[in-house]
Amino acid sequence: MDFGLSSEQEMLGETVRRCLAETCPLDHVRFCVDAGSAVSDRVMAAFHEIGLTGLMVPEAHGGLGMTMLDAAVVAEQLGRAVAPVPFLGRSVLAPLALMLAGSPAQQADWLPRIASGAARFGVAIAGIVEERDGASVRIEDGGLTGTALFALDFEGADHFIVADASGRLHLLAAATTGVEPIALQTIDATRSVGELRLTGAAAEPLADDGGLATRRLRDAGRILLAADSLGAGEAMIEQAVAYAAEREQFGRVIGSFQAVKHMCAEMAARHEPCRALVWYAAHAFDVLPDEAALTACFAKSHTGEVHRFVARTATEVHGGMGFTDLLGLHFWFKRIGFDRQLLGGPERVRAEAAQLQGLNAATR
Amino acid sequence: MNLEYGPEYERFRDEVRDFLAGNRHRAPHASQRAARPDAAAVAWQKLLIEHGYTARTIPGEYGGYGAEPDILKARIIAEEFARAGVPAGLSNQGISMLVPTLLELGTEEQKRRWIEPTLRGEIVWCQGYSEPGAGSDLASLRTSAREEDGHFVINGQKIWTSTARQADMIFCLVRTEAEAPKHAGISYLIFPMDLPGIEVRPLKTMTGRAEFNETFFTDVRVPVDQIVGQRGQGWFVANATLGHERGMLGDPDALENRLLALIRLMRDERVGSARAIDDPVLRDRLVALQAEVAAMKYNGMRVLSNQLKGDAGGMAKLIVKLQSCELAHQISALAIDAMGEMGILYSDSPRVREGGTWQWNYMFQLGLIIGGGTAQIQKNIIAERGLDMPREPRLALASAEGRKDVA
Repeated sequence: MDFGLSSEQEMLGETVRRCLAETCPLDHVRFCVDAGSAVSDRVMAAFHEIGLTGLMVPEAHGGLGMTMLDAAVVAEQLGRAVAPVPFLGRSVLAPLALMLAGSPAQQADWLPRIASGAARFGVAIAGIVEERDGASVRIEDGGLTGTALFALDFEGADHFIVADASGRLHLLAAATTGVEPIALQTIDATRSVGELRLTGAAAEPLADDGGLATRRLRDAGRILLAADSLGAGEAMIEQAVAYAAEREQFGRVIGSFQAVKHMCAEMAARHEPCRALVWYAAHAFDVLPDEAALTACFAKSHTGEVHRFVARTATEVHGGMGFTDLLGLHFWFKRIGFDRQLLGGPERVRAEAAQLQGLNAATR
Repeated sequence: MNLEYGPEYERFRDEVRDFLAGNRHRAPHASQRAARPDAAAVAWQKLLIEHGYTARTIPGEYGGYGAEPDILKARIIAEEFARAGVPAGLSNQGISMLVPTLLELGTEEQKRRWIEPTLRGEIVWCQGYSEPGAGSDLASLRTSAREEDGHFVINGQKIWTSTARQADMIFCLVRTEAEAPKHAGISYLIFPMDLPGIEVRPLKTMTGRAEFNETFFTDVRVPVDQIVGQRGQGWFVANATLGHERGMLGDPDALENRLLALIRLMRDERVGSARAIDDPVLRDRLVALQAEVAAMKYNGMRVLSNQLKGDAGGMAKLIVKLQSCELAHQISALAIDAMGEMGILYSDSPRVREGGTWQWNYMFQLGLIIGGGTAQIQKNIIAERGLDMPREPRLALASAEGRKDVA
C-alpha cells in the first residue's frame, strides 16, 4: 500500500508550480484581469513548452497520455496560483470527450491539434447537471438548437464540445452559422465562461453512448474543480498564517492570540483531509470505474463546503486588509466560490450521491 | 409579557401614519441615499425634524425637535416608516456619532455651530479613527498632531473613511501626547476636509468597488481650539459614542428585508421546472434562518423593553453585532446556493440576478463581520463583559475597548 503521488507526479506538481511562480505572480494575474482576459498568453506559452496542452492526449496522438490524478496535480497548482489560463475544458474535458466518444477518424483529426494548441476547445456540459432558465440543446433538422450555459474556457475558443439534452456530445466550430457566443461575467475573473445560443448550428455528433461520455466528463470536471479549490484553499491558509505571524496588535503578533491560532488550526484541520479525498477521487476515475461517480461527488461537495469556510476564515484572519483589494486575497476567495458552484453546488451534488447509492427510495 | 404599546402610543402611531399618508409624495426615492443629500432629501429632512420624526430628542436650540427621550415612540416611528417604505431621516456618521458626542462633551459654542447644519444635511462628516496599523487595537493609532503657534500640525493616515470624498468635515483621533501611555495620548479633533495637506484616495475592496477611502494628512494645520474634550481625552470622547455605531450594524429590520428578498428569489429561481424553494434541503436552510432572524427580532424587542426599565441590555445586547452580521452573511450564502451555477454571475453579466446584489452582499457582509469590531473582538467582549471571564494573559486593557476593522 502506498497512498500518495508517485515521484513523477510529485515532479509534475513541482514543475507546474515553478513555472507558475515564474510566469504568473499575482501582479500578472492582476494585469490579465484588468485587461479583461482570463487567458494569459505568457502562461499559455510556458504550458505549451511543458506539454500541458496535450496532458490528456494519448502519446500516439502527440500528447503526454497522462491520467486524471496527473491532471488533478496540475489543477491544484492552477488554483494555488489563481492562474488565468484555460485548462479544465480545453486541455482535459475536450480531449477526454474525443477519447471516450470520438471515432478513430475524429480522434486522429482533433487530438493532435489539441495537443499542439492549434485547436482551442471550450466545453459546455452544464445542462446535464441542472437546467437553469430553461436552457437546453436539442437536435433539430440535423443541427443544434437551444442554449448551452456555462461553456468552460470560453474566451478564445474556436471549437466547442456541447452536450445536448439527451446527454449526447457534439463537436461544434465557433464560427459556424447559427452559433451566437455570449460571454458571462462571474465573480472569478481568472476563468472564462459563456453561453452559446444555437439556431440549427451544424455540428459533428460524437458517439451515441447513452450519455456515458458526458457523465464521465461531468465527473472529471467535478474532480478537477475540487483539485483547483484544494490549491486555492491551501494558498489562502498559507497567506493567513504568514499574515498572522507578521501583523501586530496589542503589542504582539496576532498569531499569538488563541482566537487567531484556532481559526488557522481549524482551517488546516478541515482542509487537510480534502487532499486525500481529491487524490482518491482522481484515482478512482482512472482505475476504479464503479466508485468514480460517487467519489467525484464527495470530492466536489466536500471541498466546496470546506473551502467556503477557508475562504471566509482566511479573509477574517487578514482583518480589514483581507477585505480590501490591496492584498489580492479576494482572487482566491472568488476562485473558490466559482469552484463550489460550477457543475453543481454541494446540495445538488450530494443529492446525486444519494441517488447513486440508492439511498433515496423514491428515486430508485 | 405584554406586547401592547398602550393607548397613548397607538394614538402616536396613528399620527405618524396620517403624516405618512399626507406627505409621502414629498419623500425622495429610497435609492437616492447618496452620502451628500440632494435638495429633495434636505427638504424632506427639514420636514421630518419639524414633525419630530428625526432628530427627535435633540434640543430645539441646536436644531432638533426637543422631545423627551421615548424609546417606544422612536421605535414606532422606525416601524411605520419601514412599513410605508418611506425613507426615514438622514442617517450618517455625523448624525449618529458626532452629534451625540458634541451633545455629551462639546462646548456650548461647538454645539451651536455644528449640530444644526449637520442634522439638516448641510454639513457632511467623515470619521477618522482606524489606521492601517491600528484596527482592533485602535488606541495604538499613530497619526500625530504636534502643537505649533496655536495650531495642531497633523501627519499620518486614516483608513475606512467611508464618506471622505463627499465630506465637508472630519472628526478625527490623533496622537497629541507622544510620551503618554497609548490611551492617554489621544485627542479628538474636528476640522474641514478641504484644508491643504489632506488627500483622499478611494479604497477598492474585494467586491470590486471602492466603498471606502484612505485619507492622508501632510502638515495639516488645525487651530488648537477645534478639539472636543481636553488634550489627551480623545479615547474617552470617542468611546462615548462607539456603541451607536455597533447598534447601526445589527438592525433586525434589515435582516427581515433580506430574508423576504431571499424568499422571493427562491420562489422565482428554477431548476428545470422545480422552484428552488421546493428543494427540501434549501427550504430547510431557509426556515432555519427565518427562525434565527425571528430570534434576533424578539431579542431586539427584549433589549428595548430592558432599556425602558433603565437596564443597559446585558448579554442580549452584547451579542447583537456578532449574531446579526453572521446571519446576514448566511442569508446571502443561501441565496448563492439556491441560484446554483447562476450564483457565480456578477456585475452586469447576462442572466445575473438582481444586478449581482447577492454576491456583493455576501462579500460586503464579510467586511461587516470584520469591521466595527471583528468577530474575535466581539467574542472577547461577550466573554469578558457578558460572562465575566478573565482577560487573556498579558492582554492590554485595550482588548475589550478595541474596535474596528483589523484583527
